[in-house]
Formats: sequence, structure tokens, C-alpha cells
Amino acid sequence: MMVDGVEDEEKWLAAGIAGLQQNAFYMHRALDSNNLRDALKYSAQMLSELRTSKLSPQKYYQLYMRAFDELRKLEMFFKEETRRGCSIIDLYELVQHAGNILPRLYLLCTVGSVYIKSKEAPAKDVLKDLVDMCRGIQHPVRGLFLRSYLSQISRDKLPDIGSEYEGDADTVNDAMEFVLQNFTEMNKLWVRMQHQGPAREKDKREKERSELRDLVGKNLHVLSQIEGVDLDTYKETVLPRVLEQVVNCKDEIAQCYLMDCIIQVFPDEYHLQTLEILLGAFPQLQPSVDIKTVLSRLMERLSNYAASSTEVLPEFLQVEAFSKLNNAIGKVIEAQADMPILGAVTLYSSLLTFTLHVHPDRLDYADQVLGACVKKLSGEGKLEDNRATKQIVALLSAPLDKYNDIVTVLKLSNYPSVMEYVDSETNKVMAMVIIQSIMKNNTQISTADKVEALFELIKGLIRDLDGAAHDQVDEDDFKEEQNSVARLIQMLQNDDTEEMFKIICTVRKHILTGGPKRLPFTVPPLVFSSLKVLVRQLQGPEENPFGEEGSTTPKKVFQLLNQTIETLYGVPAPELALRLYLQCAEAANDSDLEPVAYEFFTQAYILYEEEISDSRAQVTAIHLIIGTLQRMHVFGVENRDTLTHKATGYSAKLLKKPDQCRAVYACSHLFWVDDQDNMKDGERVLLCLKRALRIANAAQQMSNATRGSTGSVTLFVEILNKYIYFFEKGNTQINAAAIQSLIELITAEMQSDSNSPDPAADAFFASTLRYIQFQKQKGGAVGEKYEPIKV
Amino acid sequence: MNYLIGAFKPACNISITFADGKNRKQISIEPVLGKKVEHNGVKIELLGQIEMYFDRGNFYDFTSLVRELDVPGEIYERKTYPFEFSTVEMPYETYNGVNVRLRYVLKVTVSRGYGGSVVEYQDFVVRNYTPPPSINNSIKMEVGIEDCLHIEFEYNKSKYHLKDVIIGKIYFLLVRIKIKNMDLEIRRRESTGSGANTHVETETLAKFELMDGAPVRGESIPIRLFLSPYELTPTHRNINNKFSVKYYLNLVLVDEEDRRYFKQQEITIYRLQENS
Repeated sequence: MMVDGVEDEEKWLAAGIAGLQQNAFYMHRALDSNNLRDALKYSAQMLSELRTSKLSPQKYYQLYMRAFDELRKLEMFFKEETRRGCSIIDLYELVQHAGNILPRLYLLCTVGSVYIKSKEAPAKDVLKDLVDMCRGIQHPVRGLFLRSYLSQISRDKLPDIGSEYEGDADTVNDAMEFVLQNFTEMNKLWVRMQHQGPAREKDKREKERSELRDLVGKNLHVLSQIEGVDLDTYKETVLPRVLEQVVNCKDEIAQCYLMDCIIQVFPDEYHLQTLEILLGAFPQLQPSVDIKTVLSRLMERLSNYAASSTEVLPEFLQVEAFSKLNNAIGKVIEAQADMPILGAVTLYSSLLTFTLHVHPDRLDYADQVLGACVKKLSGEGKLEDNRATKQIVALLSAPLDKYNDIVTVLKLSNYPSVMEYVDSETNKVMAMVIIQSIMKNNTQISTADKVEALFELIKGLIRDLDGAAHDQVDEDDFKEEQNSVARLIQMLQNDDTEEMFKIICTVRKHILTGGPKRLPFTVPPLVFSSLKVLVRQLQGPEENPFGEEGSTTPKKVFQLLNQTIETLYGVPAPELALRLYLQCAEAANDSDLEPVAYEFFTQAYILYEEEISDSRAQVTAIHLIIGTLQRMHVFGVENRDTLTHKATGYSAKLLKKPDQCRAVYACSHLFWVDDQDNMKDGERVLLCLKRALRIANAAQQMSNATRGSTGSVTLFVEILNKYIYFFEKGNTQINAAAIQSLIELITAEMQSDSNSPDPAADAFFASTLRYIQFQKQKGGAVGEKYEPIKV
Repeated sequence: MNYLIGAFKPACNISITFADGKNRKQISIEPVLGKKVEHNGVKIELLGQIEMYFDRGNFYDFTSLVRELDVPGEIYERKTYPFEFSTVEMPYETYNGVNVRLRYVLKVTVSRGYGGSVVEYQDFVVRNYTPPPSINNSIKMEVGIEDCLHIEFEYNKSKYHLKDVIIGKIYFLLVRIKIKNMDLEIRRRESTGSGANTHVETETLAKFELMDGAPVRGESIPIRLFLSPYELTPTHRNINNKFSVKYYLNLVLVDEEDRRYFKQQEITIYRLQENS
């Protein structure tokens, strides 16, 4: 059916064009022979093709354009006729003899154009007559095109100020009146289309209507081009008249399109000065009109206008643009109870953007907008609509983008309230936006209050929000989010220790609510942040200059840290806790707090004993413990012995022999600290190394027994290196002979049959030997020392 | 009855001329070369006649005036007789209708005893100018079909001269039918005879489209119809009890099913002195 329809239409169009061309041909002939009578006759016949009802607007347009071209030629002819002495008034009458109205009116408009140019009558009178006569066409499509033709031929002939057709004192009014009348009539015709024809073709009709809308809108454009339409005229006449038509037509499509047209066509400053009138129309529109889009565009335009130059800003203040827009939006939302929440949020979002551009200094305005939004949202519960949520994100991001400063945004008391209404997913998105803004702008958030507010804001990341079902959270996303939080924690800085401590307490309070999944991400940055405070205290002026016992003592910090790290037990994340304890212990060491450091070590040891059972983890942990312990200088002999002893014990109890071996020789360093003379116990170093050798030996034998090969000599070479280290450091217990024998042992081992070749170990050994060789050749004291060793 | 009449050329040529187109007129009689015309007198008549076509051959002279131009005698050469009908009443306009015509004619008779009289006719047209009527009310009327269509129309005058323009408007008060278009027709109604023998002939002289498409309530459609292109005559009312010619404006609305709704109003057409 549809296909047939289209084909038929093509056929009708073709027939129409053919008829038009044929008559145009005769018309040309009449024009060439200056035969007025025939010219009129054939032009009328030609125009009769436009009387068709069979074409869709699009096709009709094609036909119309052809007729339009022909009419231009006819107009030229009429002009020549008048030059030849034919009275234009007679001509104006003559064309009205045509019996069919449509051709008659096209001809009338064409002659009218010449009439105005001849200036034999005031332009306003001719135009008034034309626009009145066009009422005869009540068919929407034909009427729209006819009036569009009228608009076209009259555009350059309006009695505008400065135009050659300028009339008396009221001239602008006449020009305006003409365009307004044509506009009104065209709009009426356009709206009428909606109600004609069967209901089932509604979609088709709406499509056709939208194809025609620019014909109507063009009038507004013409209005905006009239020189004489200044602000006053616009305010007093043009706008009220146009709005009256828009409101009264009660047609959704027209209202939506025309409001947008008004906004786009007239200058920004006019809008600004007539905001009240313009906005007054909005609540009167049909409920189905997409007000949010239109109003948003208005605000967008005004925002851009405000942004264009600072000179215009006083205008905005003068007309109280903000409060007017705010009121209008309130009224629209009130009037349109059915407006989806998306609409309301979009409006608020636009308004916020507007006020941020226009009144960047008026935070209260922005807050007011957010407050209104909260009020609206409070009636709705959590948002379900995806698009509405997106708008909320836009709304919330706007102040961040504008101020680039979360601190300013935190001053908006309603900001967090808006966040309440989005789902946890969106809350997270928003929180990320906030954090990114902070990162990007390197924002200093330097008081505990602000931190409190901030964390309240981003709580979606900090903890699982109430009852939020644990949906399938993408692991990567989660990590990304938590890493962001971690980075954020690192960003919180205040040079004032007191305040910084408060900040840390605040952060701690929040992150502790995060649950086991988040703690491993959030605790470390908090710990390090706290440690930084200690470092600063140490670097800062020696204590408080007033001797006043500051409430933030290192002890307090350590207590806090201890409690914080403890929370990792529950995760469980013993390895991480252990690392952090050790880190704290080292910090306590730097603060000369032996009991604290000891306590931290104790905690670490307990963790090691009770929680770390995985052998690989144990290896890592023991090396960390050894490494940290080695650097501790705060401990007294007794404490140190206890801890060292324990560490050595743990080392010897590792599961795998090679691990045992390595841990044990590492322990040797615990007895030899270079820069501390009281901690150079060569004997115990040697004991450790010997024990390591024994273990290495045992390892080889074990390997031989189970696999039939002794495995590599790597362990021996490593131990050899330790020997050489201590030998060089001047440990008298380690002598050249011991080294010599160890070298021989390794050499023998490598040559034994059961040894499986290991190129890495060979290379290691070879380079160790090369080192010895090198030292020997150095000569001097070093060379002398090495002299006994034979390679 | 002389059967030879017409068998020969007339004995003389008669020409009637209006010297100045008003009342000084003359006729000249010129005998065929070399012949003399004997006559029993020359007279000229001015006749106003009404002729009904269906009543063939019957003339009704409503005006008849005679002037004797010459006493019986002979005409040897061209002879000219001035004549004048100075105060003739010509109350009616010349009219050429479908069934009737009204004409004025000058009839010159050269009476002869034999060979029949020589008669020459000269028609002339009479136009009667009417001053603009002192009372010329507009025609304004509200008509309609209940709950279907209500319109109010207005024509600016009830009396129009021949080159006049009908200005007016149609205002739609209620539209419940789908109107396709609206025309204004000018109709001429010629009635002849009287009583049982009355013949009525109606012609549509103009069909002028006023509106294209379906209006809605509240629309007002302008009318501007120039009368000059149409061949109208003044309205004739009961001319000598023989005939009448009346004019009507017929407003026709056509709906989408091609049903016609119309309202007819009589208007008076008169002849206005041009350049007056």
C-alpha cells in the first residue's frame, strides 16, 4: 500500500510539473510578445497546478519551487509593463479577475511586489492588503506555501526604518504588524494540520508538519531582521504578540518549535531584558511540551552570552536574571506535575550552569538551585531513570568544572543532599569525578571539617551503601576506585600538625567503615600519611617553642596507627599488616621511642607466628623483619637480643632448606651494623654463616638423596659472597683461610659427578672469583688482605 | 402585397447619421444615379420596442414618435433632411437577453405608391445613467444549518454599478462540515411574460472562488470581486410589464462530498455616469 502511495505521488508530481511547464511555455511566449492578456491567462493556468491536494509537503515544495522561478520572470514582465505605461493600479486589479483563488493570490502577490517597488502606494497598504487577501486559502499546505511566497517577496520591501520603503512615523509598526499577521496565520494553518485527516495517520501528519515548520519559523527570523525592532518594540509588541500566538495555539509541536525559534532567533540581550515575559509563557504551554529542552537552551544561550564578555554581566544582575529563571523553573515544575523527574533535573542542571557562569561569586545561588532540586527529588525516592541519573551527574559536576575546587563546592550545603538521591552506582561515579577533580587541580583540602564533608560526599566509594546488593562489581573497577581513594588520602595535607592529626582521625573514622575489601587499599595510605606527620615533626623546629605539650604527640600518632593496623586482622591481610608494623617500628625508631618500636615488632612477630602460614609469605616476611631489624638502633641490648634471637629462630625454621639457608645468612647482618660499634659481633656472624653452610650442605644431600643430583652450588656461592663481605668489613672471625676453604669446597662440588650443571651458578661463581682477583691486583691494603687467598 | 418588392434594387439609398451624436441628426436620401424617386412623403419614426423571442414577431412599441420630413414629391438628387426628436422619453435601456430584447430604432419610410415603400432602420443603443443611490445599505446576514454550519456574510452594498467592486467578508461562526471550497456566483435572472406565461431564465455570469480549503470557527474570509470583467446590465424591474432582469449574489460552499450549501441575495446593478 505504502509503496503504491509513494509511486502515485511521484506520478502526480510528474504530472504537475509537466502541466506547469507547458503553461509556463505559453506564458513565456506571451511575455516575449508583450501580450499581457495571455500572460495572465497562462500564468493563472500554470499556477493552477499548485491547487493539487495529492502531494505531500515535500513533493509540493518541489512543485512550488518551479512555480516560484516562473513567477520571478512574470514579475520582471510586470515591471516592464509598468515602464511601458501600463498603470500598476490597473494591473493590480487585473490579476484579481482570475476566477480561482490560489492562482489569483499568487499573481496578486507578484504584482504587489512591483506595486510596492513603484512606490505609487505606501508599502504598508499594499502589504496589508496582500496579507489580508491571503486568508482566502484555508488549506494548510497551500496556505503555508502561499504565505511563504508572500513572506519571500516582501522581505526586502518592508517599510522598515532606513529602508527605501520607510513610511510615516509608525512605519516600523506597520512592518512588524505585517510580519506578525502573516506569522499568526501561518501558525494557525500549521496547527490545523494536526486536526485534519484520519487519526491513524497521526505519525505521518506529524512528520509532514515538521517538514513544514521552517516555513512558519522563518517569519520570526524576518522579525528579528527588522532594523526598527529595537528592544522596546520587541518588549512591548513583538514578544507579547508572538507569545500570545504560541500559547493560544495549544499545540505541542508548535509550542515546542516556536519557543525554541524565539530563543534562537532574537539576540541574547533581548532575552535578558524580557526574561520575565518570556518565562511567563512557559507554565502556560501544553503539559506535553518538552519544556526542559527549550528552557535549557535558553539558559545555555544566556550562559554563553554571559561568558562572552564580562561587560554584559551587570545586565544580568540588573534584571535579576537568576531569580527570574529560578522562579520560572519552579513554576513550570509546579504546573507540570506529570513532568518526569528527568525534566526537572535537566532544568536544574541548566540553571546551575547558568548561575555558575553568570554569578560565579554567588555560591548561595548555586546552593539554592541544588536545594530546589533536593526538594523535588525528595518526593521521588531514589532515582531509577538512567537518563535522569546522568543529568544528576551533570548537575553535580558543573560546580566542580566551574570552580575546579572541591573546597568551594563543599560550601554548598545542599550538594551532599543531592548525592543522597542517586543510586550507589551513580554515587560512585560522582565520587570518582570529585576525586579526579581534586587530583587534576591539586586541590588542598586542609581542614578536618572539609575532609569530613568530602568523605561524606564520596561515601559511595568508602563503604557499601545501605543494603546495596552486592551486584557483580567489576574487580578492575573496584581496584581503580579504591586506588583513587588511596590517592585522595595522600592528597590531604596540612602543615599544621594539629589539624593534620585531626584530618587523619577523620579519614580513619571513615575508612574503617569500609569493610574488609577496602581496608587493604585505604589503610596503607593512611598509615603513610600519618608517618609523614611524624617525619615533619622531627624535621620541624625542636618541639614546641613555647614548651607547651602539644596534644599531638608522636605517641598518640603511634597509638592511632597501632589501632588502625589492627583492623587489617579482620580482613585478613596479615602480610600487609606486618609490613605496616615494620614501617611504624622504623618510624618509632626514628622518633627514639623504644617501647613503641618494640611493641610494633612484637605485633609483627605475633602476626608472623599466628597468621602467616604460607611458606612463601613467611620467606618474604622474614626477610622484611630482618631488614627492618637491622636498621633499628633504638633498642637496648636486651630488647635487641630478644628480637634478633627470635628472627634467627624463625629463619632456621623455614620449610625449605634453601630458604632456611638464605634467611640464616641474612641474619648474620643483625649482628654486624656498620656504623654502630657496639653492634659488631663477629663471632655470631660467623656462627650464622657456618650454620648457613651446614644447611646448604644438608640441602645438597637431601637433593642428592631424592633426585640423584646435588643441585646447584648457588647457595654456596651466595654464602661465599657473605664471607667476602664480612671479610672486607674487617670481621676478624672471617679470615682468608675460611674463604680459601670455601672456594675449594665449591670448586670440588662443581667437579663432582653428581653435580648438575647450572650455568647461572657457574657464572656467579666465576664473577665472584674475578672479584677476588681484582681486589688482589688492587694492591695496597686491600690487595694485601686478599693476598693469602689463592684462586 | 407587391411581390416585386425586393426583386429590384431599392430605388434609393438612405443613410441615417447622427451628426453630433446627440439630438442634431439628419438623414440623406440619394436616388440611384440618374433615377428620380417619386414618393408620397418621407417620414422618420423613433420606436422603442420590446421583442419576446418565444412570441415571435410580436413587438410591443412602448415608444413611438413620428416626424414627417417631406411632403409627397420627387427626389432627383441627394437630399438631406435634418430631424430632431427633442424630448423623447427613453425610459428603458437597450437590452439583449435570452428570451427578450429591448431595442430602439429609427425607421425612415419613403412612401411610394408603387414598388413598395423604401424603409430603412437604424438601431441605436440607449443607456440610462443612474445617479449613485442615496441609500445603499450593506447586505449582512447570518445563515446556517443547525449544529452544522453557521456563517455570517456581509456585502458592503446592496446596489452596485457596473464597474463596481463587491467588498465583503464571510465569517465562520460554526463549522462542523468539511468544506472544500467556497465560491461567489453572480447570477442573472431574466423573467419574461406574466402570469402563466412567465418564462424564467437564469444564467451564472461569474463563478469566483473565494476560499480554498476548510476553515475553522472564527475565520473571516475576505471578498473582493471586480464586476468589470463580467457582461452585466443594469437591473431591470418589470419593464413595461413585459420582463424583468435581476441579479443575485450566490454564496456557495462545497463540502468534501461535493454537497453544495448556498445562499442567494439579490443585488441591484445600475449604470453610473462614467467620469461623473
